[in-house]
Amino acid sequence: MRRPAPARTGHLSHARVIRAPPPGGTVWTVATTTLVKGARATRSTIAIKLAMAVSGFVFIGFVLAHMYGNLKAFAGHDSFNEYAEHLRTIGEPILPESGLLWILRLGLVASLVVHVSAAVWLWRRAQSARTVKYEVTKRRHSSLSSRTMRWGGLTILVFLVWHLLNFSIVKVNPAGGATNDPYNLLVDTFDVWWMSLIYLIAMGALAMHLHHGTWSALQTLGLTGTASARSRAKTAGWIVAVVVAGGYSLVPLGVLFGVITK
Amino acid sequence: MNLTLKIWRQPHATAEGAMHTYAVGDISEDMSFLEMLDVLNEQLLGQDEEPIAFDHDCREGICGSCNLMIDGQAHGPEVTTSCQLHMRSFKDGDEITVEPWRSDAFPVIKDLMVDRSAFDRIIQAGGYISANTGSAPEANSVPVPRDQATRAFNMATCIGCGACVAACPNGSASLFMGAKITQLGLLPQGQPERDSRVVGMVGQHDHEGFGGCTNIGECTAACPKEIPLDVISQLNKDLRTAIRNGH
Ligand code: HEM
Ligand code: SF4
Ligand code: FES
Repeated sequence: MRRPAPARTGHLSHARVIRAPPPGGTVWTVATTTLVKGARATRSTIAIKLAMAVSGFVFIGFVLAHMYGNLKAFAGHDSFNEYAEHLRTIGEPILPESGLLWILRLGLVASLVVHVSAAVWLWRRAQSARTVKYEVTKRRHSSLSSRTMRWGGLTILVFLVWHLLNFSIVKVNPAGGATNDPYNLLVDTFDVWWMSLIYLIAMGALAMHLHHGTWSALQTLGLTGTASARSRAKTAGWIVAVVVAGGYSLVPLGVLFGVITK
Repeated sequence: MNLTLKIWRQPHATAEGAMHTYAVGDISEDMSFLEMLDVLNEQLLGQDEEPIAFDHDCREGICGSCNLMIDGQAHGPEVTTSCQLHMRSFKDGDEITVEPWRSDAFPVIKDLMVDRSAFDRIIQAGGYISANTGSAPEANSVPVPRDQATRAFNMATCIGCGACVAACPNGSASLFMGAKITQLGLLPQGQPERDSRVVGMVGQHDHEGFGGCTNIGECTAACPKEIPLDVISQLNKDLRTAIRNGH
């Protein structure tokens, strides 16, 4: 067999024959794969994952706080509306009206941009890492939630757009009533059964995302270096998922079952 | 037993490949999977056909070259290498699909053989310790606590087979890197180059085109040496520390 002289482009590089000679032919393709020089930790796939984990934790903090607010619906009309009002006046007079709310909003939007861009980047990277697919795959050792992070995340994103239109930016009352009273808007919305269903499905997607996401973020941060720490992180995933999705779902269920009324 | 095999055939790296179906008979359940393929190749030679190229060397589970995706599982249904997988794990009449590792960083050379030199380059980029040559130092001058030594040894059992990459839906080599990072990170000799090691290895990994890890866990289930997921946490932690130290 004839072998070409390896192409040398520097002392750290070497050549690799990626093409065997076609039967009877003499054409060779040589790919030179070099060793990376001056690699940067901050430019690595793991750095992207760290950004994803941190932004994910910002979301977890937010959804827990937001859930606490929602559960005020069980305390009645005035209590819920006072809380909504209070969010706008915290920090006054040091901060202008809605000042803290805007700081939180900006933080959340920044986290969302980071989280979603990292997700898209990793998604594309994974796709180009295996361009020829297997004929048969058996994935028996991973959770369904771990394998649906991307589509599940997109579901949450779509839901988020609707949710903001519904209650915040535009305020849409599917029952056709007034939109200037947060509590009444909430009850009107969930009185429409399919609206409640959309919210409950979104909470299912969120539960799955958090089930894997919580443990995954802890692992990405390097906090699961032993078998017991790993199993604790997985338990944490279950707890966060059940508490968050369960807590949010209580409100539409409360309206459907007539516990929360106008 | 009699089996139907569906096997990926590809004449060379840039040629088109396809699945081909073969029948083999008279397979003993004491044969290894590779011995079963040997029987098939004898049969193909007898028919003047090109035998199926597959990688192997030690046939005792230590070299890591016998990479086969068997029925959608790296190294097949048991936690072992393809050479240590026995035909008793299959039944008479089974149809078995055999494919090469699918990873753009491991290009197919021929049929079921892939080029795993990307792993060599990841090791070259930092997966070592630098030691002066000359007379060997006194072995007991650097004490290593026993549990640390044992754990380091367990991580050193990685044979670089690439099953973790093959099984990972993202095509990431994090388990492979994590095993080396954890092994050397547990030993005093591994400390001086600790930051540059992780940065170099991860940089090379990304450059080779492996995917990013999303902690799905298929790698550790496919690993014939049962390298645990903890090593990926250690890898991430070492990289985070390297960022903090200004790398
Ligand atoms: C807006 C659309 C979203 C998309 C497209 C998305 C997508 C993803 C993807 C692809 C991952 C990586 C999978 C992995 O690391 O295993 C991930 C991780 C994560 N996501 Fe999301 N997500 C979204 C929203 C959210 C929300 C609203 C939350 C919190 C309530 C969240 C919390 C997390 C956490 C904690 C992680 C783990 C980070 C890590 O593994 O390092 N995500 N997300
Ligand atoms: S970590 Fe396991 S699966 Fe991956 S290369 Fe090493 S021995 Fe093979
Ligand atoms: S041939 Fe060496 S591990 Fe299988």
